Amino acid sequence: MKQVYLDYSATTPVKKEVLEEMIPFFSENFGNPSSAYTIGYKSRGAVDLARQRVASLVGAKEKEIFFTSSGTEANNWAIFGVCDAMKDKGNHIITTKIEHPAVLNHCEFLEKRGYKVTYLDVQKDGIVDPKALEDAITKDVILISIMLINNEIGTIQPLKELCQIAKKHNILFHTDAVQALGNIPLDVKELGIDLMSISAHKIYGPKGVGALYIKDGVKISNFMHGGSQEHAKRAGTENLTGIVGFGKAAEIAKEHLMEHIDRLTELRDYFIDRVMLKIPNVALNGHRSLRHPGNANLRFDYIEGESMLLFLDVKGISVSTGSACASEETTPSHVLTALQIPIEQIHSSVRFTLGDFTTMEDLDYTIEELAVIVEKLRQISPISK
Amino acid sequence: MNNMYNEIVMDHFMNPRNVGEIENADGIGMYGSPVCGDMTSVYIKVDNDRITDAKFKTFGCGSAIASSSIATELMKGKTIDEVLAITTKQIVSELGGLPDAKVHCSVLARHAIKSAIYDYAQKTGKTYAGLAGFNPDADEDDDE
Ligand SMILES: Cc1ncc(COP(=O)(O)O)c(C=O)c1O
Ligand SMILES: [Zn+2]
Repeated sequence: MKQVYLDYSATTPVKKEVLEEMIPFFSENFGNPSSAYTIGYKSRGAVDLARQRVASLVGAKEKEIFFTSSGTEANNWAIFGVCDAMKDKGNHIITTKIEHPAVLNHCEFLEKRGYKVTYLDVQKDGIVDPKALEDAITKDVILISIMLINNEIGTIQPLKELCQIAKKHNILFHTDAVQALGNIPLDVKELGIDLMSISAHKIYGPKGVGALYIKDGVKISNFMHGGSQEHAKRAGTENLTGIVGFGKAAEIAKEHLMEHIDRLTELRDYFIDRVMLKIPNVALNGHRSLRHPGNANLRFDYIEGESMLLFLDVKGISVSTGSACASEETTPSHVLTALQIPIEQIHSSVRFTLGDFTTMEDLDYTIEELAVIVEKLRQISPISK
Repeated sequence: MNNMYNEIVMDHFMNPRNVGEIENADGIGMYGSPVCGDMTSVYIKVDNDRITDAKFKTFGCGSAIASSSIATELMKGKTIDEVLAITTKQIVSELGGLPDAKVHCSVLARHAIKSAIYDYAQKTGKTYAGLAGFNPDADEDDDE
């Protein structure tokens, strides 16, 4: 059966060139990068090269990139590290209602420990109003954390403007750029970012490796305590193969960035337009153009997302939904809720995310199957007209 | 099948039995709402205290659709008292089991069926022991 993977925002396959670069570092060049003999140095060199490649992709200096175990760890470290380092200056964090759980749940954790957190609303198109940020700032704010690209609806925030507001008030700015990396031009200096989280497995690298960009001079406490790896800022023997893979994936992403963006944008627009043309009562969640080049989050009125996901899965098509009735209470997506989408339409939303191995044929096949599935489920639906 | 549901569930999900509405139904029941994620309406025809036909429509996940399908199959030809005795457990076991997190979706079908019988009882002035204390608008637990 035809297999069509349309969940690139969940994770991506490791590219062949990436895997090939990783393989020697499992059994051949396996040395500990901290060891003082030759094979240790070889590993050290590989980590340094990876750091250089990742730094180059985001316009950072090498010494500003610290490898972590994931985007999740980078987010946790950034928030915890700044709050701890700045605890004498204030106890107020500003973030948004549409952040990834790796930010939101850490903020909730800190709230229970006495921190004050403001969760900014977004506008109906999923974009943060810079004025809302300006208005939320108090003298106690020590950190602003706003994601660059949202993982569900793909909306791109006006980060430069938001950073400038932070700068004006002398507040550190962190961004979760896990979805943005390799999908839009991204330059930390140009944007004025102080801290940024990224992850390898969203850019055709391996799972379980990420990085935190920490601008030179920014004070942040350690999160992982132990050995003196990563300039004594992030302890733990390096995930050598993972870091090597991250580096190679970053190199490829940089080399083909514009081509990748143009190709995905064209496929995405084709997909959105065709689906809307062929299937009635469909709407797009999130801003139409300020969005991830591969993201199409669509809602299909009168039918429930999971039933669509299941049907598509049977046809070999992998997608994801914003909500899951996996628990007693069906929990609607916090992101779509923040967009003030009526709750029954949140349950009708499906996320399609395209990537480098997506073809026009994949999309045509998906649209064809989708039309049949939607029709069938609408016939079963008690609310369908 | 490689997903979270077994083959029986997938069969009832992909090819649901008894989908639709019944014109001049003797009882109509509705439970859930799209707001909470799942919603089912059930239509019944009754002859001599026996369910002669049942149809349903569901907005919901795979579990909700499959449960409604098998539940309407189960009730056809049975007496009202027999149908009222059908438990969630029975629906789940007829489906060959559901993932734990999805069991609550099958409550929907049972409650909608009870509501349809309740509607019939209201219209005809009949009483059934299995409806004692039943409130069609109340939330229901799946502890039965
Ligand atoms: C926006 C965003 N932040 C953080 C993460 C977490 O990254 P990781 O999977 O590397 O922990 C993800 C991945 O799902 C994400 O999409
Ligand atoms: Zn359900």
